[in-house]
Amino acid sequence: MSNIWTDKKSRQIIIQIFVIVVVLSLFGFFVRNTLNNLELLGREASYSFLFAPSNYDINQHLIEYDSRSTHLRATVVGIINTGLVAFFGIMLATLIGFVAGVSRLSSNFLVNRIAYVFVEFSRNVPILLWILLWHGLIVHNMPHPKQAMAVYDFAFLTNRGIYIPKPLLEPAFWGVAAALAIALAGAYFFSRIAKRKQELTGKQYPVYWVNCSLIVALPLLAFWLLGFPAQLEYPVFKGFNFKGGLVLSPEFIALLIALGVYTGAFIAEIVRSGILAVSHGQTEAAYALGLKPSLAMRMVILPQALRVIVPPMISQYLNLTKNSSLAIAVGYMDIVATIGGISLNQTGRALECMSIVLALYLCISLSISAFMNWYNKRISLVER
Amino acid sequence: MKLIKYLSFALVLVGLATTGISHAGTLDDVRAKGHLQCGINTGLAGFAFTDDAGNWKGFDVAICEAVAAAVFGDASMVKYTNLTGKTRFEALKAGEVDMLSRNTTWTYSRDVDLKLTFVGVNYYDGQGFIVPASLGVGSATELEGASVCIQTGTTTELNLADYFRSNGMSYEPVPIETNAEARKNYLAGRCDVYTTDRSGLAATRASLDDPEAHVVLPEIISKEPLGPLVRHGDDEWGDIVRWVLNVLIIAEEKGVTSENVRALAAELQKDAELNRMFGTTDEYGAMLGLSDDWVVSVIAAVGNYGEIFETYLGVNTDIGLERGVNALWTDGGLIYAPPYR
Repeated sequence: MSNIWTDKKSRQIIIQIFVIVVVLSLFGFFVRNTLNNLELLGREASYSFLFAPSNYDINQHLIEYDSRSTHLRATVVGIINTGLVAFFGIMLATLIGFVAGVSRLSSNFLVNRIAYVFVEFSRNVPILLWILLWHGLIVHNMPHPKQAMAVYDFAFLTNRGIYIPKPLLEPAFWGVAAALAIALAGAYFFSRIAKRKQELTGKQYPVYWVNCSLIVALPLLAFWLLGFPAQLEYPVFKGFNFKGGLVLSPEFIALLIALGVYTGAFIAEIVRSGILAVSHGQTEAAYALGLKPSLAMRMVILPQALRVIVPPMISQYLNLTKNSSLAIAVGYMDIVATIGGISLNQTGRALECMSIVLALYLCISLSISAFMNWYNKRISLVER
Repeated sequence: MKLIKYLSFALVLVGLATTGISHAGTLDDVRAKGHLQCGINTGLAGFAFTDDAGNWKGFDVAICEAVAAAVFGDASMVKYTNLTGKTRFEALKAGEVDMLSRNTTWTYSRDVDLKLTFVGVNYYDGQGFIVPASLGVGSATELEGASVCIQTGTTTELNLADYFRSNGMSYEPVPIETNAEARKNYLAGRCDVYTTDRSGLAATRASLDDPEAHVVLPEIISKEPLGPLVRHGDDEWGDIVRWVLNVLIIAEEKGVTSENVRALAAELQKDAELNRMFGTTDEYGAMLGLSDDWVVSVIAAVGNYGEIFETYLGVNTDIGLERGVNALWTDGGLIYAPPYR
């Protein structure tokens, strides 16, 4: 017996089994106790309420939804709203992060200091405060829709959101979409051919300019040939609010800016550390080979910096997505506010709703993680 | 603020997962704790607010005090848990509070599906709208396209959806967590209209800097019978809260007030029901597991229903609500209690 305990390998196994048993039994205890208590309350877990009418309205829905729709549909509306703010939040945070990160390294004193103050100020204030601050700023400082700030009669800024024209697409617009697809495919093949030609002959082609003009010109040409199959629906002030057009609600804007600025500050530091991680010798070597500074950045420094940047960036993207659940603070109708908020409250099915919210965030986070890991693998150093 | 609410909500969930829910004997639990744990609003003028000394007071709070007086003979033996529209039911079901007196509407699904017991109605309310007078709106039917601030997690949210749908009008719901935030957003012009129970509207309007600049629209779009409630499973406890509310009403009917109750209870009355209530002839208190003079303690501590109404909501307060349908049945109102016999 003492042999098993003194042997390092078997001792490790015993300890691991012990820990697993403790963790599992603790988990089992919680689950059993919950089910037991639910039974005492005379309730059992049931998800059938998802198919009953929700009876409440949601102000921002990108799919058809009204108070007769089911709780399930309300959940989908919530998922789309979370996805929307997370997607644009990630875009904004990445943009802010790269600009601020590169500025932090600038030799220009003013640019450098501004970026420094921005980063330190942004990331050292809790995100909840950022969200409330931006919401308060918009709601209290922007004009009432009646005195809306008009931007060339195109967009209207109010304390109920920003109203912009909405493109109304006619069926023929599919032609434009097809043209764009063709242009994209063409650009892909041209860059491949150009690369092969360069490898064979050393001759460089203006890939960037050719592809850019291809992607812009072809859809525009199709748009013109098809007789402009789209119109703009302008928002018009009528009664209490603007009617028509698209509206970005104050809640969405506040959340987007807060998430973008806060996460962007963290990304700035990641970008800075990534660039600093590439030794200066690499830059000098690239210049010595006769590469232009822009090419040196694109071909030599950035690919190496990205290897350092991408892994911590994944966790920032995940943070941003999860932080978007703070939307509840300003009443943005995301997953937490729909299925985890109103549905939960109106049906009283707390455990069921919370389990759905939990599962949804897990799915979203794992998907982002999987995508970014795939990207990380793609750009990582291929050792020979 | 929000975060704390959410944390407390999470704690309630954890509580549901970890604590054994005592099935019977809430009265014994309350006695053992030495205080009543009562769930009230996070703050609504007239119904639940803090006085200058920082104590919770109000129309709903008085019911908690009355129950504490019935159980302990002392209205001060009560502690309060402030609950939002969202957290209230979980808190009650998980046993975090012993009872809820938080302007809560009695509905079928809350009674049946959420397994709660509404013990009666202490205020007959209805949902209304408040708008700035400057908008020049005279009726709720003119609200086509308006932005409406609404407390999320309440019956008003559902009534609002039904009302606008059945009148074929569109609107933008602006969901908000508490009355205070609704007020803030309404004043900032984030929404044109604020909708909640009319008593709440009157309370909110009274607390504005310039109440005259805001009008409550004439439409009442729903029935909102508000009352105290307990969880299913302990009928004895439910009976106690129910009869505390009933004796408040009977006391008003019989002219028993906080001032004269001790004198009336000191001697035998001609009215046999009063003698039963004061415990001078029968031992009705023991049936509830309370002392025989529990009614005397309750009325002496908080007064009768009419006194409570006048103190916190009546025409002489800032809220300035008429008794209206909340007058006694003898005065043509709906307030009525079964006989104490």
